[in-house]
Amino acid sequence: MATGYDYEEAPGTYDDANHQDIGYDPNFVPDSVKSFVVHLYRHIREKNVYEIHQMYEISFQTLSDRLFKDTPWPSVDAVAHYVDNDQVFCLLYREMWFRHLYARLSPTLKQRIDSWDNYCSLFQVVLHRVVNMQLPNQWLWDMVDEFVYQFQSFCQYRAKMKNKTEQEIALLRQFDQAWNVYGVLNYLQAFVEKSNIIQILEQEKEGGEQFTATDGYDYSGGSNVLNVLGYFSMVGLLRVHCLLGDYQTGLKCLLPIDISQQGVYTSVIGSHIATIYHYGFANLMMRRYVEAIHEFNKILLYIYKTKQYHQKSPQYEQILKKNEQMYALLAICLSLCPQVKLVEETVNSQLREKYGEKMARMQRYDDEAFAIYDELFSYACPKFITPSAPSFEEPLVNYNQDAYRLQLKLFLYEVKQQQLLSGVRTFLKVYSTISLGKLANYMEVDETTLRSILLTYKHKTHAVDSDGKIISNADLDFYIDDDMIHVVESKSVKRYGDYFLRQIVKLEGVITDMDRIKLE
Amino acid sequence: MGRETPKQQQVSYTVEQLVAVNPYNPDILPDLENYVNEQVSSQTYSLDANLCLLRLYQFEPERMSPQIVARILVKALMAMPAPDFSLCLFLIPERVQMEEQFKTLIVLSHYLETGRFRQFWDEAAKSRHIVEAVPGFEQAIQTYAIRVLSLTYQKIPRPVLAEAINIEGLSLDKFLEHQAANSGWILEKGHGRGQLIVLPRNEFNHPELKKSAADTVPLEHITRIFPILG
Repeated sequence: MATGYDYEEAPGTYDDANHQDIGYDPNFVPDSVKSFVVHLYRHIREKNVYEIHQMYEISFQTLSDRLFKDTPWPSVDAVAHYVDNDQVFCLLYREMWFRHLYARLSPTLKQRIDSWDNYCSLFQVVLHRVVNMQLPNQWLWDMVDEFVYQFQSFCQYRAKMKNKTEQEIALLRQFDQAWNVYGVLNYLQAFVEKSNIIQILEQEKEGGEQFTATDGYDYSGGSNVLNVLGYFSMVGLLRVHCLLGDYQTGLKCLLPIDISQQGVYTSVIGSHIATIYHYGFANLMMRRYVEAIHEFNKILLYIYKTKQYHQKSPQYEQILKKNEQMYALLAICLSLCPQVKLVEETVNSQLREKYGEKMARMQRYDDEAFAIYDELFSYACPKFITPSAPSFEEPLVNYNQDAYRLQLKLFLYEVKQQQLLSGVRTFLKVYSTISLGKLANYMEVDETTLRSILLTYKHKTHAVDSDGKIISNADLDFYIDDDMIHVVESKSVKRYGDYFLRQIVKLEGVITDMDRIKLE
Repeated sequence: MGRETPKQQQVSYTVEQLVAVNPYNPDILPDLENYVNEQVSSQTYSLDANLCLLRLYQFEPERMSPQIVARILVKALMAMPAPDFSLCLFLIPERVQMEEQFKTLIVLSHYLETGRFRQFWDEAAKSRHIVEAVPGFEQAIQTYAIRVLSLTYQKIPRPVLAEAINIEGLSLDKFLEHQAANSGWILEKGHGRGQLIVLPRNEFNHPELKKSAADTVPLEHITRIFPILG
């Protein structure tokens, strides 16, 4: 098994509570922090979304880098009296507090449980009370993203039972509802339902509602929080279902969002990337390679063009990581489904640079090829989880790799079934017609086996899409007449119509420019 | 075991609603299990409901029923060429997949995925207890076989067809007559080797039928140059 699959853990001793306490006084509030919470509280009350965004995105990072490099922020109790002990603000502050902790340190089990409690309280407020805030999309996305991330992290943590202390086991037993999969899924589902976001998006198409046009913000004095959380929860649901291995349902959850267009999901780069990454991965596992290639191509081009603008952002590293992972997934897709026409020039040259050699070796389908498929899949796949509660029976084992191993195994199984296809492809490229007997000879198999191989080729290259239609993704196709194979190359038809249109418009532009020139 | 209600129609409608509206709920597990049995007996199919059940089994492995899972997998096999079988496998723990009946089903799926129909029918014959428990199984696989053959062959020799759909002799004659009368199959004489069956034309076995959407230009694009032409 490839070692590329590693559960990334934050620096710091695993579960060493003492490490966090070195030099940390939860009640000490530096002046800059006092100023930060006072101003943030005011901006939230006054709904100054721009200022909130600046403070959230920039000030929080700056203060974290300067004062809290490897300690937590001051406790919420220490800052509460600066903000009128406002319940909602305290919940928001705690959410940021835990997010910072997870990013810079290693959370203890107790902290994981407390974070879950905080999310429950915060989400209850949004779902059941009328919340009168406008928060930046970045923050609302981060909430959903972090919520799912902490769930994934908890499942990974819980699945390593082997070295758990008695105290930890007791806590796990006592707080068995913390981060339970039903809770996580039902909160996300509740946001989708309570916000009515699916109907809003539907009505928007017919001109009845305004959502995408305002980037989800409410300009009539209301709140954007529930609607936007509902929207991002659809992406959250896609992500959770991918972690469980249920790709079909994951894609279904995303269906109300039209990814062929811009939308609120593209308003935050993290959300844009997470959406397409999981969409592409789910399609890959469902053997819809052309669809996956199409979307990966689009987003990789977008990242190439825009990543320079995010260099200073705290998400920059994550963007780069996902970029690399998607190149790996693209390499896999193209090796299983050679369709070079679908990949744009820039993306293609990046791909060749990173994976050109590996792709050549993958298409040989020998033992080395499988090792490379294994390596790339393990590097790029989501961190699959086992959602069920652990067994507390002796002997305690680590089962955190089980879910990943299953997905990898089934993926490689599919790759193996396609093993014989590359041999067929090589021959089909060379001949326009060839008898079954002759081809069987060249491939050193008997005719019956060859017929099976050709059927496999047809089956694997003709996927069934979500509407039940058959779509051919074969770059090279054939049909059989009794015992003769006739090869059909799908020629890329020159788009004359489009070409002429473009040239007409261009010429008109040139003539107009020339008309404007006054000769002396 | 099953809850017998006189209004069977209403039960399935409610289950579909449950799956759409309240899927992450352990209480609906018995309903979903009943629904699997109903799909089997009434020859209907719902992938979403079955995935929902497999997820619940994932969340609470002690409640998993191997018999129900086996039935779900057989139904998924019958849905080929859709990838439903592998979609279900993604949700079934590895140690469960190692059990004998599941290993057999995986082998059957493998044969179908790789066009090895003779091996498939041989293995299916050895596992009658699994496949005969689900009515409509044989027809579903035969339909899949014909689908794949229709993508591949313009004209197919009789023995090849016979092996793929597991029908021979007089039964095959009858079957071919029926297809000729209702599905546009044409029976020809092959050169010295018996019958040749001409399958209906489609864009996959007759590439010239492929609608070339590439060179059609939508009206909205032409409107761009109306000011220039005018």
